Amino acid sequence: MNRPTLAQTSGAAHTRIGGLGVARGEIAVTNDEVAGLIDSSDEWIRQRTGIVTRVRAADGTTLLDLAETASRAALGSAGLEAHEIDTVLFSTVTHFEQTPSAAALLADRIGAAPAAAWDISAACAGYCYGIAQADALVRVGSARNVLVVAAERLSDFIDPTDRSISFLLGDGAGAVVITASDAPGIGPTVWGSDGSRAGLVGQTHTWLQWRDDPSLGWPTLRQEGPSVYKWATTQVANVAARAVTAAGLEPCDIEVFVPHQANKRIIDQMVKTLALDESVVVAHDIVDTGNTSAASIPLATERLYRDRLVGGGELALQIGFGAGLVYAAQVVVLP
Amino acid sequence: MENTEAAVLAGLAEIVNEETGLPADSITADKSFMDDLDIDSLSMMTIVSIAEEKFEVSIPDEEVKNLPTVGQAVSFIVKARA
Repeated sequence: MNRPTLAQTSGAAHTRIGGLGVARGEIAVTNDEVAGLIDSSDEWIRQRTGIVTRVRAADGTTLLDLAETASRAALGSAGLEAHEIDTVLFSTVTHFEQTPSAAALLADRIGAAPAAAWDISAACAGYCYGIAQADALVRVGSARNVLVVAAERLSDFIDPTDRSISFLLGDGAGAVVITASDAPGIGPTVWGSDGSRAGLVGQTHTWLQWRDDPSLGWPTLRQEGPSVYKWATTQVANVAARAVTAAGLEPCDIEVFVPHQANKRIIDQMVKTLALDESVVVAHDIVDTGNTSAASIPLATERLYRDRLVGGGELALQIGFGAGLVYAAQVVVLP
Repeated sequence: MENTEAAVLAGLAEIVNEETGLPADSITADKSFMDDLDIDSLSMMTIVSIAEEKFEVSIPDEEVKNLPTVGQAVSFIVKARA
């Protein structure tokens, strides 16, 4: 019997980020408002993290609300209608519903159904993981227009008395559309994980442990701050350098640096480790927005446009890193 | 680099000087990183990572809290290099 040969897809030669939209939590929470419960002060938090305020969502604003606002803005920015989106990727660690996915719910909300839709669990690297997947999907012909959404409502996941991470965290969403392009707009992603160090950032306990012993309380986030700092400023910074090389570039070619907004001191030390030129625009959205995990890179990018520090077309090095441990970096052309 | 307490102390003092701006000769074995030199846990990790590279040793994160003084850090490094 002669079996027929299967058809396989092939897609666009190149991809790019076609549009950007964001949503920030409506409430700016000051250091004074969070300092009391952690026996700290505005000065200590500023010195330790660079944060002046973190934005948090109002009571009635859900994770999907933030994601929808960002997605609609991204579609407008890309000049696309929702029905033209054929894939929705949703990076988050704060969709507190095991199933259905936030991506499927969002696709329906914005009118993108029956787009393929799934969630990505890559914590603070989630946005860069999403870009990597979307880029690959378009280039192999599995998708034409991919909506990548990174959204977090971390205020549902904090303990106000925790001194390790809760006081850093904010709520927000960022979305971009990945489409085919005449010229390369997304460089190779350098990514990976190290589950042996999962204990450095994560939940206080699992949902099952909470179910079996409610006295444990709602699980919240914790981190080993100094160890995460050392990892980020050494090994993760090296990943960023490798992404530049993988893109066929030299460090001097980088015009914009948008690292995950974890802590201003991590950002500053990364800049030092990477020996980036003084002319490189470095995102510091953490100062006013706080750490919004997966959403922080698109939020920080949008901030650069708003502050007129970028205008589009620049080569930007972006890197996400966090709980897992996971990390991902790529050089992109800003939309 | 010679693996003596004096040589390692001098090398560590250089690192601390670069990270904090404190004069190298003020970084003596009896000084506490946190209490005397006002180095917080994040700056300490920067110093540790530079020291690991400079002295070609591994200083596990969980070991750092056991090295509160410059002298204890120097002894750890000398022992690790031996």
